Amino acid sequence: MQRTEIIRIVNNFLIEEIEIEESKLTDDAVLKDDLSIDSLDFVDIVVIVERNFGFKIKPEEIMTEVPTLKAFYDYIESKMGDR
Amino acid sequence: MKRRVVITGCGIYSCIGKNMEEVKHSLYHGVSGIGIDPARKTYGYRSLLTGIVERPELKGLLDRRSRISLAEQGEYAVAATLEAFGNAGIDADYAENNEIGIFYGNDSSAKAVIDAHNKIIEKRDTMLLGSEAVFRSMNSTVSINLATIFKLKGVNMTVSSACASGSHAIGLGYVFIRDGLQEMVLCGGAQETNFYSMGSFDALSVFSVRMDAPQKASRPFDASRDGLVPSGGAASLILEEYEHAVKRGAPILAEVAGYGFSSNGASISQPSDFGSETAMKRALADAGISAGEVDYVNAHATSTPQGDMFEAMAINRVFGAHKPPVSSTKSMTGHECWMAGASEAVYSLIMMQHSFVAPNINFEQPDEYSARLNIATETVEKNINVFLSNSFGFGGANSALIVKKITNDE
Repeated sequence: MQRTEIIRIVNNFLIEEIEIEESKLTDDAVLKDDLSIDSLDFVDIVVIVERNFGFKIKPEEIMTEVPTLKAFYDYIESKMGDR
Repeated sequence: MKRRVVITGCGIYSCIGKNMEEVKHSLYHGVSGIGIDPARKTYGYRSLLTGIVERPELKGLLDRRSRISLAEQGEYAVAATLEAFGNAGIDADYAENNEIGIFYGNDSSAKAVIDAHNKIIEKRDTMLLGSEAVFRSMNSTVSINLATIFKLKGVNMTVSSACASGSHAIGLGYVFIRDGLQEMVLCGGAQETNFYSMGSFDALSVFSVRMDAPQKASRPFDASRDGLVPSGGAASLILEEYEHAVKRGAPILAEVAGYGFSSNGASISQPSDFGSETAMKRALADAGISAGEVDYVNAHATSTPQGDMFEAMAINRVFGAHKPPVSSTKSMTGHECWMAGASEAVYSLIMMQHSFVAPNINFEQPDEYSARLNIATETVEKNINVFLSNSFGFGGANSALIVKKITNDE
């Protein structure tokens, strides 16, 4: 899967399902502080990622190792590359 | 001295209307909210009859977290509570700075539980249930969600007492305020209507199968009744200490004057005239009034052969020669189960406010027991100063409420 496609899918679910304003979705946006993604939202992101990309992530891994939106795209891309 | 407890706000969301005004119209004109849910056939139901309740649109009113944590009945409860707080003059600022409690009736969250179960069977991984499943599945789903959404800071509790849940919720709110534990409590009841929610009840063959005429199916006290029709929605009432309400300049709609309860101590499914009688007499004694002062009885009567018979016997014994008008609004709404005790208090309050008794529609032929009651078959124009509302549930869970009009000179 191309990175642009990953970005499109991630941004789409952040806007449509987590209801984050599109204007906030910048590469350097910090997931917790700038996008207000809390621990319950991370649980939902596990479900959404599984549905869209077909693999399961660990919410604690995202919460500790993936601070920004760019890092999240990288994380998805690397997991997709592992498959 | 016991403190007085008044109702300062009401909201309703049911199959006969989505607010107080719509419901008033339906009650006055004897409009039924019963229809057919074809999906029940695929799920193996014996009866496809149900109250038809449209889901409220909450997007734009609530944030995502609040919306996704709500089960179906919680959505109805939010709609009813928005109306109740609105007409009680309570806004978000008030709730933020004052202590409001909640007692809300609810006794199942079937769809949430079954949806989660199905997902686990499919995925074999609880992580894929999402964050909302637990908040929708708990029996306390309605009270915990309402307390969060409306920023309530007082007592926070669900009342599960079968089909008396909503009535007991009001009774407990009344006791907490009367005894000085709270100044204001949101009370009510909610009931889901999805096709998962009533399968186990349908299994008992107690639902009407008059599917050729859905709006004729719920016929409490009528000799040809063949069972109840399940229904749902939510009803909310704001209970408040009288002096507190006066000081606040709140609209005082009526006074909760008495609460009675009992348990039959007998069958899990069979009602009891003795248990019902005890609850009614206890409510009258608590209110300090005689049966002769009651202007209207909102019967629990669900349209089952046994239940209506036992209630008719009990009402006859309690009221004797004084025969106040009696109607079961379930003739129009169907049986709203966990919500019924709260919604029927609201229906009766609407009648009190607008001086009429709503008809017990579909009552065409009395049986031996209902023939002794003064059942309102048509809308009756009548001043109601005091009403009694009965609620009886499985396991012999009984509750009765007495509500009095507040006069201007008080």
